[in-house]
Amino acid sequence: MSISRRKFLGWMGAAGLAGSLGAEPAHGASTREFTGHPDSYGVLHDITRCVGCRSCEEACNTVNELPKPTKPYTDESVLDKKRKFTATEYTIVNKSVQNGSPIFLKTQCNHCLEPACASVCFVNAFQKLPNGAVVYDASVCVGCRYCMVACPFEVPTYEYEDPYTPEVVKCTLCAPRLEKGLLPGCVESCPTESLIFGKRDDLLKIARARIEKYPERYVDHIYGEHEMGGTSWLYLSGVPFKDIGMREDLGNTPAPALTSGALHVIPMVVALWPVFLAGMYGMAKRRDKVAAEEKTKAIAIAVEQTENKAAETLARAMDKAKKEKENILKRVERAKEKAAKSKEDS
Amino acid sequence: MDNTIHTLQDFMLHTESNTYILMGVYLVCMVGFWKFLTQKDEEQD
Amino acid sequence: MSEQKNSPAQGMTDAALGFMRDDNQKFSPLTIVTGIILLVGTILTILRFTQGLGAVTNLTDTHPWGMWIGFDLMCGVALAAGGYTTSAACYLFGMKKYHSAVRPAILTAFLGYAMVVVSLLYDVGRPDRLILAYPFVVQQGTTSLLFEVGLCVLLYLTVLFLECTPIPLEWLGFRKARNIAVKLTLTLTILGVVLSTLHQSSLGALFLIAPSKLHPLWYSPYLAVFFFVSSIAAGLSMVIFEGALSHKALHHRMGKAYLEEHQPLIFGYAKAASLVLFGYFMVKVVGITAGDNWHLLPTPYGVWFLVELLGFVALPCFLFAVGSRNKDVGLIKFTAVLTVIGIVLNRLNISIIAFNWHLPLAERYIPSWMEIALSVYMVTCLILVFRFIVTRMPVFDEHPDFKEHHE
Repeated sequence: MSISRRKFLGWMGAAGLAGSLGAEPAHGASTREFTGHPDSYGVLHDITRCVGCRSCEEACNTVNELPKPTKPYTDESVLDKKRKFTATEYTIVNKSVQNGSPIFLKTQCNHCLEPACASVCFVNAFQKLPNGAVVYDASVCVGCRYCMVACPFEVPTYEYEDPYTPEVVKCTLCAPRLEKGLLPGCVESCPTESLIFGKRDDLLKIARARIEKYPERYVDHIYGEHEMGGTSWLYLSGVPFKDIGMREDLGNTPAPALTSGALHVIPMVVALWPVFLAGMYGMAKRRDKVAAEEKTKAIAIAVEQTENKAAETLARAMDKAKKEKENILKRVERAKEKAAKSKEDS
Repeated sequence: MDNTIHTLQDFMLHTESNTYILMGVYLVCMVGFWKFLTQKDEEQD
Repeated sequence: MSEQKNSPAQGMTDAALGFMRDDNQKFSPLTIVTGIILLVGTILTILRFTQGLGAVTNLTDTHPWGMWIGFDLMCGVALAAGGYTTSAACYLFGMKKYHSAVRPAILTAFLGYAMVVVSLLYDVGRPDRLILAYPFVVQQGTTSLLFEVGLCVLLYLTVLFLECTPIPLEWLGFRKARNIAVKLTLTLTILGVVLSTLHQSSLGALFLIAPSKLHPLWYSPYLAVFFFVSSIAAGLSMVIFEGALSHKALHHRMGKAYLEEHQPLIFGYAKAASLVLFGYFMVKVVGITAGDNWHLLPTPYGVWFLVELLGFVALPCFLFAVGSRNKDVGLIKFTAVLTVIGIVLNRLNISIIAFNWHLPLAERYIPSWMEIALSVYMVTCLILVFRFIVTRMPVFDEHPDFKEHHE
């Protein structure tokens, strides 16, 4: 089931990139509200029942064929220090002392309904399978480690020591075992039924029933019901979750919704920025053209004015010269007359 | 085969993939359209 | 020098003689330091690619992004913003007087982005798959902002490369190819601005996914806007800063047009940067008030936030204004450096210092000396390549054969 689903998704991506807009008959719920895969599985971890035996850690180590730790699983001194996930430890049991009594918390990948790791992976290496598991495909991973930045539960780890083929490592909800109809290793090994595997909807009902039946035993909160849009792992606790190191300030927004706003701006920039910029370019060009035209016009006017002035000066000069010539002629005439008269007189 | 999308993540993967193709097509068209729009201006110049 | 630029053969010989040929002293202290950086960088490169990330970095599972993302990628991209701001001002907004500054800015941007990509090859676990472009060729994670950043950086690097091609083509005297490249200017400039807007802002948006890890004073739904606006200020300041540096070292290579236009450019850029920082200050304050994070200011992180906001945004805004009013070149250059430091500080705050602030100090990330050394190595290589190109090719001056072709 899960493999065919992944093939389908891969095909969908390929079809999308081949340009078949609208050809894909995929349709979301009409209200665009997504409630996760129906009938997906999950695990309810009743923290009040955990005795810190670390059988789950050992089972996880065995079924995933991980290297054996230096200290045996029966060594309780391991619990004295707070531990984090490593590339060889997918699940960790941590002890914290509340009001004098120890409380044990098993942690692993919570298998979000809307995984942050899947949302941020730029090769789409993470998939939320319909059975509930969030699985990772190492064959496409580039190793950017954005999934680790994004995960609010600080789950994915990296094989920093491997120089050539490092991979991201995290709990798989034993997806390969689920396909064979087996329980996750940790659940199978739990001697106190602190871990219950089942359909998430059923687990929520069980958890609510327990809270109702034993209100003095449980905090009235199912961790994972709404956190980060909900997770496939659910937790019940007798003390406030934040007191045992579980963050209650993560919010209920599913991870993809955190980036959807920024993603939706991208096509707007692509669509409208060139329009604006080409407009600016056109206006600048037009301004230059007008400026150039005005310059040419101004020059033409100036030239014309100069020419007119020159012509006027020339005309005036010509006029003056003409008058002067006439005057001279008149004077000559008069002189001639005078000379003639004086000749007559003499 | 059940084609219904059940998670926001899968839905966004679907819509974003289509959006990226659309953006690529648009940018190519934009160049052509700009040529069409300004062709005669340049001939006049 | 002047006759060398026209002959590639001479240029190649120079290259063979070593980058430092321009210095008359062959073994100046600077040369020795450069040599040591290159040697150490080469050794660390070998170490990184044979022993793995764990051998050279202090990266952990809670701090998967360190120096190479926080400095090389985040700051490298922001500081290379001079390319798109200058080409947009010149070719799109009609500021023709900045024409002579376009080439140095574009070249710096191209080399900056090339450095970013090389740094990413060091940082990712499977560089072979990055080279083979897995995110675009094999499987597309389109819901990731990193997909968008990667796609834009890849495309923009191509755009910058094409925008740069006239430089070597003029140098080599390939007239026809050069004229085709110049004809593409408008399309490339617009595409460059679109791509820059997208990835500059998306670098900020990368952190939108982690509200529970980034300190609320830095986390904001406006992160994308912050990054885009501050990249403009960073780009403008870098052009002023580089101009000042290049002036000292490469004055003899600068053409008449560049030298004549440089002074007005400094004043214009200072004015623009001041205005942009004024707006940036406002959007940062809106960020505080939108998250109602005022009560966080009187905390250690709050004080640090105020140092960034007042010392490296408000102060440079004011100083740029004074500098451009009084035509004080010295003050403007100082302010440009202040702004650049401020942007680096902001990027480091978001990606390293205020990231995972909820963790105890012992679990926090401090870069190893090897990570820092490799970052220094990258920047050194960048400067050397830049130097190699500008001392030989027509970058700061116009090629005598192509002068009339400039629009």
